[in-house]
Amino acid sequence: MTATTTSDRSDLSELGRSEASLRAFLHGLPGVDQVGAEQRAAMLGTRSIKTTAKAWAIDLAIRMVDLTTLEGADTPGKVRALAAKALRPDPADPGCPSVAAVCVYPAMVEHVAEVLRGSDVHLASVATAFPSGQAPLAVRLADTEAAVAAGADEIDMVINRGAFLAGRYGEVHDEIVAVKAACGDAHLKVILETGELGTYDNVRRASWLAMIAGGDFIKTSTGKVPVAATPPVTLVMLEAVRDFRALTGRQIGVKPAGGIRNTKEAIKYLVMVNETAGADWLDPDWFRFGASSLLNDLLMQRTKLRTGSYPGPDYFTLD
Amino acid sequence: MSERVAVRKTYKLFIGGKFPRSESGRSYPVESGSGETVNVALASRKDVRDAVVTARAAVKGWSGATAYNRGQILYRVAEMLEGRREQFTALGVPADEVDAAIDRWVWYAGWSDKIAQVYGGANPVAGPYFNLSAPEPTGVVGVVAPSEPALLGLVSVIAPAIVTGNTVVVLASPAQPLPAVTLTEVLATSDLPGGVVNLLTGRITETAPTLAAHADVNAIDLTGVTDPELATALEVAAAENLKRVLRPPLTAPDWFADPGLEPMTALLETKTVWHPKGM
Amino acid sequence: MFEYAPAPESRSVVEIRASYGLFIDGRFVDAADGAAFKSVNPATEEVLASVAEAGAADVDAAVAAARTAYERVWGPMPGRDRAKYLFRIARLIQERGRELAVLETLDNGKPIREARDTDIPLAAAHFFYYAGWADKLTHAGFGADPRPLGVAAQVIPWNFPLLMLAWKIAPALAAGNTVVLKPAETTPLTALLFAEICAQADLPAGVVNIVTGAGETGRALVEHPGVDKVAFTGSTEVGRAIARSVAGTRKKLTLELGGKAANIVYDDAPIDQAVEGIVNGIFFNQGHVCCAGSRLLVQESVAEPVLAALKRRMAQLRVGDPLDKNTDVGAINSAAQLERIRELSDAGDAEGAQRWSPECELPERGFWFAPTIFTGVTQAHRIAREEIFGPVLSVLTFRTPAEAIEKANNTPYGLSAGVWSEKGSRILWTADRLRAGVVWANTFNKFDPTSPFGGYKESGYGREGGRHGLEAYLDV
Repeated sequence: MTATTTSDRSDLSELGRSEASLRAFLHGLPGVDQVGAEQRAAMLGTRSIKTTAKAWAIDLAIRMVDLTTLEGADTPGKVRALAAKALRPDPADPGCPSVAAVCVYPAMVEHVAEVLRGSDVHLASVATAFPSGQAPLAVRLADTEAAVAAGADEIDMVINRGAFLAGRYGEVHDEIVAVKAACGDAHLKVILETGELGTYDNVRRASWLAMIAGGDFIKTSTGKVPVAATPPVTLVMLEAVRDFRALTGRQIGVKPAGGIRNTKEAIKYLVMVNETAGADWLDPDWFRFGASSLLNDLLMQRTKLRTGSYPGPDYFTLD
Repeated sequence: MSERVAVRKTYKLFIGGKFPRSESGRSYPVESGSGETVNVALASRKDVRDAVVTARAAVKGWSGATAYNRGQILYRVAEMLEGRREQFTALGVPADEVDAAIDRWVWYAGWSDKIAQVYGGANPVAGPYFNLSAPEPTGVVGVVAPSEPALLGLVSVIAPAIVTGNTVVVLASPAQPLPAVTLTEVLATSDLPGGVVNLLTGRITETAPTLAAHADVNAIDLTGVTDPELATALEVAAAENLKRVLRPPLTAPDWFADPGLEPMTALLETKTVWHPKGM
Repeated sequence: MFEYAPAPESRSVVEIRASYGLFIDGRFVDAADGAAFKSVNPATEEVLASVAEAGAADVDAAVAAARTAYERVWGPMPGRDRAKYLFRIARLIQERGRELAVLETLDNGKPIREARDTDIPLAAAHFFYYAGWADKLTHAGFGADPRPLGVAAQVIPWNFPLLMLAWKIAPALAAGNTVVLKPAETTPLTALLFAEICAQADLPAGVVNIVTGAGETGRALVEHPGVDKVAFTGSTEVGRAIARSVAGTRKKLTLELGGKAANIVYDDAPIDQAVEGIVNGIFFNQGHVCCAGSRLLVQESVAEPVLAALKRRMAQLRVGDPLDKNTDVGAINSAAQLERIRELSDAGDAEGAQRWSPECELPERGFWFAPTIFTGVTQAHRIAREEIFGPVLSVLTFRTPAEAIEKANNTPYGLSAGVWSEKGSRILWTADRLRAGVVWANTFNKFDPTSPFGGYKESGYGREGGRHGLEAYLDV
């Protein structure tokens, strides 16, 4: 995709008006060669990030975490503890930065809001009958509105995978538009559920579809199906946001979620952002990690760099 | 100073990379060659069933590994076997047979990344098509191992099956189970993924019919079946799901000679792909 | 800004001696006349070691040792025993992999990541692959009992020193020959460490002999009347001279020479992966690759977006200290090679092409050249016809597949080519028509010991790798 001058730029939203034009556009995007994409992702994973670079990356990664709990067994007590950790991740070091956001189910939003009130930490809620999305649209929109009313300033929605895989791109598009409207001022992350899309070509198409429909972030996964975020999938999404901005001038964020368990993996993702979309995305406003256990590993690595010796899990809170 | 009391080995089945006893809890006595009598697991029909399930589960990973990787693992088996030569000679296996068995592993290790070049290739069809025939492993192979020579014969039926990506359920010779079990201990320390080789000791008359009739087994090697009537019955049972069948040899083969390609190719399918060439 | 802190690989893993002798008949010996030359680290110009320079007498001794070993030991030895020696060598290369990789980077200038992840593992794999043929020659399709040729003279280049050694020695030994090998004069050190590995494997004396030296040593070796086989990888110019010199003799010859490969990008290519392939094709190993994709043939309808993406991608290339694990592009191997790259690039400017490089801070000492592309190149330009052997890409356009084929084949070379398209039939149609020994579709610079490699036309003759690679070393 080539950069265009301001006068040439369109936000492509007019494509959404017709199923046929959406299809022609999405099917006309260049293909993704699976082997090549996976090799590029693997090669980026060989970068060696040490000393000062590692310390910088760890702190950035902490600031990018959407600290998440999405369990049927979640209670107000559980989410309040998580929110407290989000504000002050390292009990031994007040200099440790806070995370980007706390991410919970709509019913838990109000309890988190109490704890986060007055802080810079965002409150993200999943919505739209997460994780499957298999509910009537009216229900999914009501879900969204309720979360926003309870205090969420970010909404993580799921796309209609059934419609996408059946080729009903217009339906997927219109639902995203409707959810965006229901968000009000909250910003919208669109979960593609890449593990269900089957091919990198589909990941590319779904990414563009979500951006054309007005999402603020594209997100890989719900974390509730066997295959979640992977480096090559994230690579394809980073290429999509890069190309979308070049074409339209609008910057969209990326959030890999699920399966990122340790610092080493997180840093590989930051390297990938750096060498694919570029430094503009190396900011919590434009890149997030959807994770839960990752945070403690980041804290342990941070402590190791500060003190010189490896800490153990007893020194960090399990919430 | 009294003589040290030895720790005696228990001889068990080898399934999924682990050493379970027979689910039937049975065993049978065998002379160990140094005068002791040891009890060896007596496998049941259910053990056969469990072994087939495990072998099937292992097919995807093993056939999906690169040929280079499989060759490395088979070479590692040879490395491990080299280090344990005395364990086999102590069981009565002649030293030259142990040598030959190790060299046979090395021979087969080197085939993994070559068989496709010798047994496959491009076909010059009369049209604008790219046409390629490539061999693929057939899947799960049942093997009745020969009694003599105990180690070399066993190696000569296992290695050609697995080098190309098949997994095996081996019925060890009832008369010579100890070298077989000892071989599985070597396999277990060779980075061979669990389930690629499964070995059951016991009575062939009890386990072979189950294996031959099992519909999730793709091929059966009857090399070790010495009773012609049993061999026929097993071949009839195998016909139910059209298994590929290797019949027992008519005359005793020269086990020390070059085995040729047939032990490998008999357990390979050939896939031929056509693709047009046009702008 | 995400600045990657220095991530240097440690040099301490390898011991570099102050001086090295020739490896003849299982021992290290000085040159008969005491001659020696220096090997230099091209990234820093630091002298690494003094290396013996073999004269005619030394070459004589090496060939004699190889002949004796062939007649008395290696020739009569059963294949299964030759196989086991080769398996030992393969294992030792794996075990000493880190040492070899660091030494290769110091002597050659290539990034440690390449040496560690590509050169050394592939070298081990070549030995594994050919070890497995040694006891199966009867099944290789060359008759029931194919015999070796005898003593092989092998001369290799500086771009992949240990890997080129593996490509030569592994099949030769597997087939039952003995060898005398001359590594390039700017990169002798991993060959000498390989000699130590041969000794560690208890390889019988005289089976492998290493004679270090430059052009004169190479000439003495390939022209020696006592060798049965000559194998050469290097420039077309020298290959031509060798072909003349074996005329009228009974020596068999294989050559792997230069190239000017076309990397064809069709309008339906997977663009992001194609850009990776273009970059890999010409900047991998600093472009010191005979099969480098040094001509980009891009379909005119997508030329603009492809070039924009290419330039954006090139800006990510990290040029610098080869021992830093994050370096993508290392040093040019020698002052002489750097001069040649500069001369041809200047010709590109003079002939009217447009030069572009990303901003690069190049170190002060050492031999360096920034990754460069020339656009507006036509077939008549020197930079479209002559092998530059450096990180310089010439970009040409085409309108139709037929035109792509015509331009791709319009060269005396024929080593390799690349094709990028999502349409299978177009790839196969194109591959059919390319006069090149290796065609990479939707990938580039992929090597495997099972895959035959070699060129058409003036890129040489004979194949290395695969079953076909045995033919060069058998009397068939």
